[in-house]
Amino acid sequence: MTALLANPLVQLVIALLALLGFVGLNGLVLVWMERKVVGFIQRRPGPFEVGPHGLLQPLADALKLIGKQLVTPRGADRPLFWLAPILSVMPVPLCFLPIPFSPLLTGMELNVGVVLILAFSGLNVLALCLAGWGSNNKYSLLGAARAVSQSVAYEIPLLLTVLCIAFQSGSLNLNVIAGHQSGILHWNLWVQPLAFVMFFIAATAETNRAPFDLPEAESELTAGHHTEYSGMGFGLFMLAEYMYMIIICGMAAVLFMGGWDGPVAPGWWWMVIKIYAMLAAMMWFRWTFPRVRFDQLLNVCWKWLIPLGLANLLATALIMKLVG
Amino acid sequence: MATLGQTIKSLWSMVVGMKVTGIEFFKPKLTVHYPRKEVDNLGTYRGHCDLVAREDDPLTPKCIMCGICVDNCPSGCLSLTMHVVGEGKPRPAGGAGELMLAQEVILPGSIKKAPPTGKAERVLDSFRLNYNYCSLCGLCVQNCPVSSLAWSREAYLVGRSRQEFEFDLLARLRAKAASSQGVKAA
Repeated sequence: MTALLANPLVQLVIALLALLGFVGLNGLVLVWMERKVVGFIQRRPGPFEVGPHGLLQPLADALKLIGKQLVTPRGADRPLFWLAPILSVMPVPLCFLPIPFSPLLTGMELNVGVVLILAFSGLNVLALCLAGWGSNNKYSLLGAARAVSQSVAYEIPLLLTVLCIAFQSGSLNLNVIAGHQSGILHWNLWVQPLAFVMFFIAATAETNRAPFDLPEAESELTAGHHTEYSGMGFGLFMLAEYMYMIIICGMAAVLFMGGWDGPVAPGWWWMVIKIYAMLAAMMWFRWTFPRVRFDQLLNVCWKWLIPLGLANLLATALIMKLVG
Repeated sequence: MATLGQTIKSLWSMVVGMKVTGIEFFKPKLTVHYPRKEVDNLGTYRGHCDLVAREDDPLTPKCIMCGICVDNCPSGCLSLTMHVVGEGKPRPAGGAGELMLAQEVILPGSIKKAPPTGKAERVLDSFRLNYNYCSLCGLCVQNCPVSSLAWSREAYLVGRSRQEFEFDLLARLRAKAASSQGVKAA
């Protein structure tokens, strides 16, 4: 039995299954949390009727979405249209694999973990693009065009900030990066505050969250790229969006806050606490700031984040060369 | 340099915004959970119009059958019939005829003044409201010269058919009086 468990393939399968469970459960929790946060900020109770304090509401919503008819719009590119939501959600377990919840609770320790996450989360853009193209709908197409230009722009500051941390730790292995920051005072957050702020802004934009939710801008584009999707087609897009939020917050926790490290009793719970704190902040952003205009969105990226990121990277490289 | 100052100012405004929503988050919730709790300001609710009884007789409305409400209603959902004592035959109120409004009422500035009832004693036979067409504009209540119409406070009015929203307001008044008297007697 232990011999079987030692087999890396078996470990991988177990990790993937556990991650799928984690993904499903967190999707439900996040939907509930998002609705509670918006409710509380608007002085409403949010979902309340299904289950205690509406806890079962996302479950009921999920059942509703599963039960709905899947409609393909007339003139849509059928294979691409249905490929898009699947393509959006498929890389999610892969992106979770290298994230270390604790030294032991790591799906797969990879020496290129950071690159793997960034590469496969980039697939989501393709999915949104296909969704917009395949829907035969002008709103979807506009949403997809926005998604592509936004993601292409904001991947650069994201990479620049990640590079700073990689320079500092000399590794792309998330376990090693987290291991370097034991003790709350050694967190990269204190060394690279500017990088953290830029990473968080770029992450909000990368996950198409408000105030950067232009690809789905409800008030202009109905629902943007997923306008035409019914039932689980829409459900998968939403699940993927929440999952990419968790992935990017998990990355932020590892890169800047020491991963599983905490003031007392380090362990996976600190990772979960950090991820959820950042998710709460993202939700807080969403219900505070109005959506930016598209030129503003690109101005923030090209005129502020990228120059600042480059300067930060150069400074980091210089200091590491001199000190290290 | 000016751009930098502007940027810092804008960033600070974002912090202020976060503070505002952050404080709202922890304030008590305002929602009233309806089936378990009810709002306490139903007295201000403006439902459909309802007849008001005379102070001396809870079974008879204050209505003087002038027909202003019927004429004013833009949706035409009010109708009333009455008869002159001695004639026996009911007829609709308002419009042309020997029961035309007195000069005092028609003249400007005569709003809310009761017209003289004249010689003939009139009896209200029915006062109907077709609530299906009512737009709740309130012209009937506003213009009743003797305040015989008022808003009902029924916020939770429901029904399954159109017929349930065709009210006989006179019967409603009498039923209400009977039930309140029943309560008093008990």
